[in-house]
Amino acid sequence: MTRSQLTIDGNEAVASVAHRTNEVIAIYPITPSSNMGEWADEWSAKGKKNIWGTIPQVTEMQSEAGAAGAVHGALQAGSLTTTFTAAQGLLLMIPNMYKIAGELTSFCMHVSARTVATHALSIFGDHSDVMACRQTGFALMASGSVQEAHDFAAIGQLATLRSRVPFLHFFDGFRTSHEVQKITEISNDELRALLPDDLIAAHRGRALTPDRPLLRGTAQNPDAFFQAREACNRYYMDCASHVEAAMDRFAEITGRRYGLADYVGHPAAERVIVLMGTGAEVAHETVEWLLARDEKVGVVKVRLYRPFPVDQFVAALPATVKALAVLDRTKEPGSIGEPLYMDVVTALREARDRGVSSLKADPVVIGGRYGLSSKEFTPSMVKGVFDELATSKPKNHFTIGIMDDVTHLSLPYDLDLDIEPEEVRRSVFFGLGADGTVGANKNSIKIIGEETDNFAQGYFVYDSKKAGAITISHLRFGPKPIRSSYLVKRASFVACHQYEFMDRLDVLGCAASGGVFLLNSPFDPDEVWDELSRDVQEQILEKRLEFYVIDAYKVARDAGMGTRINTVMQTCFFAISGVLPRDEAIGQIKKAIEKTYGKRGPEVVAKNFAAVDQTLEHLYKVKVPSAASATRQMPPIVSDAAPDFVKRVTAVMLANKGDLLPVSAFSVDGTWPTSTARWEKRNIAQDIPVWDPAICIQCNKCMLVCPHAAIRVKVYEPELLAGAPETFKAMDFKGNEFKGLKYTIQVAPEDCTGCTLCAVVCPAKDKANPKHKSLDMHPQRPLREPERENFAFFLGIPEVDRSKVKQDVKGVQFFQPLFEYSGACVGCGETPYVKLMTQLFGDRAIIANATGCSSIYGGNLPTTPFAVNADGRGPTWSNSLFEDNAEFGFGFRLAVDKHREQAAELLTRMASQLGDTLVDGLLASDQYSEAGIIEQRERVAALRQKLAAIATADAKRLALLADYLVRKSIWIVGGDGWAYDIGYGGLDHVLAMGRDVNILVLDTEVYSNTGGQQSKATPLGASARFAMAGKPTPKKDLGMMAMVYGNTYVAHVAFGSKDVQTVRAFVEADAYPGPSLIIAYSHCIAHGYDLACGLEQQKLAVDTGYWPLYRFDPRRMATGQSPLVLDSPAPKADLSKYMNNEARFRVVEQMDRDRYKALLADAQREVATRFSVYEQLSKLAVPVPAPKP
Amino acid sequence: MDLQTTYLGLTLAHPVMPGASPMVDHLDMVRRLEDAGASAITMHSLFEEQITREQLGMVYHMELLDHGSAEALSYFPHADEFRLGPHDYLEQIRRIKEAVRIPVIASLNGTTAEGWLEYARLIQHAGADALEINVYHVATDPRESGQAVERRVVDIARTVKESTSLPVSVKLSPFYSSVAHLAGQLDALGVEGLVLFNRFYQPDIDLAELNVVPSLSLSSSQDLLLRLRWLAVLYGRVSATLAVTGGVHSPLDVLKAVMAGASAVQTVSSLLKNGPGHIRTLVDGVRAWLEEHEYESLRQALGSMGLERSPNAAAFERANYMRVLNAWQSTGR
Repeated sequence: MTRSQLTIDGNEAVASVAHRTNEVIAIYPITPSSNMGEWADEWSAKGKKNIWGTIPQVTEMQSEAGAAGAVHGALQAGSLTTTFTAAQGLLLMIPNMYKIAGELTSFCMHVSARTVATHALSIFGDHSDVMACRQTGFALMASGSVQEAHDFAAIGQLATLRSRVPFLHFFDGFRTSHEVQKITEISNDELRALLPDDLIAAHRGRALTPDRPLLRGTAQNPDAFFQAREACNRYYMDCASHVEAAMDRFAEITGRRYGLADYVGHPAAERVIVLMGTGAEVAHETVEWLLARDEKVGVVKVRLYRPFPVDQFVAALPATVKALAVLDRTKEPGSIGEPLYMDVVTALREARDRGVSSLKADPVVIGGRYGLSSKEFTPSMVKGVFDELATSKPKNHFTIGIMDDVTHLSLPYDLDLDIEPEEVRRSVFFGLGADGTVGANKNSIKIIGEETDNFAQGYFVYDSKKAGAITISHLRFGPKPIRSSYLVKRASFVACHQYEFMDRLDVLGCAASGGVFLLNSPFDPDEVWDELSRDVQEQILEKRLEFYVIDAYKVARDAGMGTRINTVMQTCFFAISGVLPRDEAIGQIKKAIEKTYGKRGPEVVAKNFAAVDQTLEHLYKVKVPSAASATRQMPPIVSDAAPDFVKRVTAVMLANKGDLLPVSAFSVDGTWPTSTARWEKRNIAQDIPVWDPAICIQCNKCMLVCPHAAIRVKVYEPELLAGAPETFKAMDFKGNEFKGLKYTIQVAPEDCTGCTLCAVVCPAKDKANPKHKSLDMHPQRPLREPERENFAFFLGIPEVDRSKVKQDVKGVQFFQPLFEYSGACVGCGETPYVKLMTQLFGDRAIIANATGCSSIYGGNLPTTPFAVNADGRGPTWSNSLFEDNAEFGFGFRLAVDKHREQAAELLTRMASQLGDTLVDGLLASDQYSEAGIIEQRERVAALRQKLAAIATADAKRLALLADYLVRKSIWIVGGDGWAYDIGYGGLDHVLAMGRDVNILVLDTEVYSNTGGQQSKATPLGASARFAMAGKPTPKKDLGMMAMVYGNTYVAHVAFGSKDVQTVRAFVEADAYPGPSLIIAYSHCIAHGYDLACGLEQQKLAVDTGYWPLYRFDPRRMATGQSPLVLDSPAPKADLSKYMNNEARFRVVEQMDRDRYKALLADAQREVATRFSVYEQLSKLAVPVPAPKP
Repeated sequence: MDLQTTYLGLTLAHPVMPGASPMVDHLDMVRRLEDAGASAITMHSLFEEQITREQLGMVYHMELLDHGSAEALSYFPHADEFRLGPHDYLEQIRRIKEAVRIPVIASLNGTTAEGWLEYARLIQHAGADALEINVYHVATDPRESGQAVERRVVDIARTVKESTSLPVSVKLSPFYSSVAHLAGQLDALGVEGLVLFNRFYQPDIDLAELNVVPSLSLSSSQDLLLRLRWLAVLYGRVSATLAVTGGVHSPLDVLKAVMAGASAVQTVSSLLKNGPGHIRTLVDGVRAWLEEHEYESLRQALGSMGLERSPNAAAFERANYMRVLNAWQSTGR
């Protein structure tokens, strides 16, 4: 029988089985499992049925805890139910997992195993999440490749139905979930044959139903609980044999056979490694290579980890084994060893005691950690472990894959070992997130996987930036299945899709000798050599690389493809890599284009075809000279002026060589310096703004809207211009407040992302040539050098005296932004708010940041965008979790208030020593103006001086707390996914507490960070994941819910529509002595339009009533006024004007015009109703409270 | 009175029909136009940009950021079936065909002989009775010669003729150096109709914002005169049937157009001003005039004032210009 072959990633492979074998799916998005839920949702939305002919119901919940509850309920009501999750999400499910297991419920969930956040969050893969569930009573089953993940999803389903023990099937996050592999698909017929009706009927028979009423979930007492808990034992004892039976049945049906613990290696092996997941595949590959070199080694792949199959595990070991290394992909500080190690030790001992072990002697057993957070695990590391086992006293509790120069636990290994056979074609591609490189490579793998007999593998590495993210694609093709689940080290084909990388990354480090190098270059084939650095030239010569260039951006532009160079570069790859005959490859590319874009219309297909055809005409082989000629070396990663830490650590990470950093390079507790983003010069803008002072009206709006703080304004004394670079621009300040001073707008040329928002917002047009504004975009490259010098000079000009600045839109922009050059998207609509907050309050702000976009651009290494001012003050920032952010920030307030309270107590106590004037001043200070803050800081400085001379314990305590006498501004920042969904319970509670915290909700109306899943902030009519056909329910009115408390300051703002109101809201929120909630409209790439139009859309959002502006200030009630002030007029434009501009709405129209019309009408009504309610509220008369007697 | 006319090979009860405009986007308006006696429906144009930008734009905005971040491989669910704007247009043809009994003339508006013209075939498939192509090209590129500008029109017409067997009319603008020559070339391709003339949108200037803003004003009977001349010039010289659009407001305007050679008379401004019922006013007025002047049928009047039949044909040529100039000079004194 011919079986269908698919080239897909692990998530799709798992979801494909899960969707076909379940009826109810409840999920919540979390990387790297989100895609499984998304596939399921998409398939159900398109009417795809499961193997019993019904469309599974897919529901997104408000959190994983919610998803687990829904799953539990659906299971109890008798549905075949599943879910997908990882990391923190899995941890939120644990309480329900105990329940589901305690009730012996047939259920198989799928986990793309991910690191649990500890000293830092990590989205990448290890087993720390799964290992946190080993006590729940779930069976834990590990798969190690895309094929295995597909297969185990089916085996798990059968095993749970047979055993009644719930199963957690896990596979390595990213390494399997996101790796694309060619696999054999399990057909519907095979799945039907696998899952017998009687087992499903038995599951249904256990359901709660009023037709056969029973009760589950009692509360039991000491007399009953213990025995009742033991009543399930038989099921756990039988579980392993059920899994074996399921695996046997699976083998009968599909021909693919698995065991509970599979051994690969020499039959008389002396050294054996034990591990789970993809690491086992790497060990398998390495063992085969070592066997060919007569080494007596082997590997046991543990498939069923819970219930641990002692007998089968011991039986899998060759009797000759002398030394065992057990590798865990997790860390349990303080334990005797990591979990698999401890289980193996215990299993060996028990087997020996029970006399079931056939081992000739007790082996030495050592345990070690590898691969945390997707750290590479390679054959050289496997060999390193085998080498250690061969020593007389192998090191226990070791680590492999890092250099531990502190506790010296790491094992040495040969970094250069390369065991990959020549027959495997390996390629590496360097691209940008937005240039389509990864998509094109996925396409190429599909072509090769599905159109040839070759096996294919693709793995994609992304950096943590959202704008200008670097992607590195690793592709392998070969005649045999590929077990190499690690990055390509020696590539016969290397492509660099972005010329800028040649000066930033060691692109050719992975090129194999005699390989092919393809460069997307703006330079002609006869110029390009002279443009390269000497390092690159030498590598090309040393490695005898065939060197090709193409100006892909030009070809793409000419073909009408804009900046999408994917098709062009893909064509080059096939044309020169020799993976397929050229003509055949071109034919296949066109076929793939037709398949992908055919349904999107002939125009898209035609443009792509044109790009393919024009590519071949513009691809040139470079005549490589015989010697290097360049005099310049690759520029340093960071400037020499950078602090030591940045040079020693950050720069290494920026060079993509962070793996080389030893343990000693890092803090012991995850602490990291702020203000490091300024040292990373990314140069990602094609065009940057150029200022023309002659027509500037000094409105400062450019700085307000800049998402990256890459355009700045200053006023300063004219004499400071002495020594300014030749092209530095300045003009006289035009207003009265800084009369006689100079004024400059300066761009940070290497930090600007080229979003154009500053040029768009600029109102100053040249009267003789209105096309020319005071800010126009010009190519960055020729401006880079002079503007770099200008910017450096600009930074040296002192900041304005804050006490002299009026806190309005214009004035606030003279405040130094303490949030700069973040990795946020080009044109991001969130970061201008964060930046504004740091300008106003950054030097006294403590920020609690919910996980999401803002925590990623705010705190994802290698660089940190929160900055410090000349006094060394700046925002201090932390991310706890996704769900607890309001509470986390609330905790800040509790501590800060307590600190202040104790400081006040000490001040009072020490008043006689410190002097009443100072103490009174400190305690009664008015800190609601910049001048007030400055004066208080001066008082604190005076206090410190006095305290230094007093040698009492109180003086020491007060010195520690003195800074808290300066008012701190607590900011709780997060997105709508947090505020409306997962963190709403906490947010609600914090509002109710009435303490002085400021909550900033960056509302993009969708889970932006994880890829556009709907939240309760998603508006009626928008298409999002889990609401593909358009959300039928209105956006939750979070502002109104907060107003109901009556104690909360609430503002609804949109800086692109009315910046005056935005600035006012921030100032009032900080000054309001209770909780403040700012809900900030944030345009986002997930809305589907060019963000250069973001400000225009914000205006439309307000003008159509979609986003009314208001401020709700409870203090107004004291004078009988309504607390609600509407800051925008009644809707004056049709809502369709707003909705028609965004793909999130338009896509609904394209799928179903009638539905779109109906949703639009509903949305229009909703907008009108909301506005009318607000309007009425804003006219309320409130009884004035009687004065207190 | 027999008002029958033949346009694009279609036999129509009379020549008066609505011209291409957004009026026909609503089915009830289409029905009202039929009730008012329109002899055919000319649909609102499907624009080249609607086809190309819609397709490219949606792909661009929805896929631009795909695979850009480890956490978000894409930002939108991928639907299998997209009903792009043009799809709706085809749906609209079907709906109008179902709603009315009179012929439906679809309309395509664009400037390049490229992939979008594939819609000509789809329009036929959707049931249209004829197709009008409007080459709305503003020749702003100084490198593009007059010849090349004309070639665009011919290329588009050829591509459309090749992809559909529907009768095709070409809506021209008056801004060609040789309208008659261009008409001849189109005629040679076998296009069944020529529509005279397109009215260009004339952008206005917003003084406060220093912006150029689009504007559109309604036509007046004054606009008809230019059309009358070219109808007269072309009538009888091309085998394609002629239609007029722009400046027809009164029954007398209709009559003038017919006499100059128009088999069909399209009007938009007068309907926007007076409502769909104005069609009946026009038709009744024409009938009354013909009856009053004892014509046998409308056909008798068709082309009677064309260049080849008109008693003072020179008036349509240079002589007319001289005479008008002279008259102006004399009154100016």
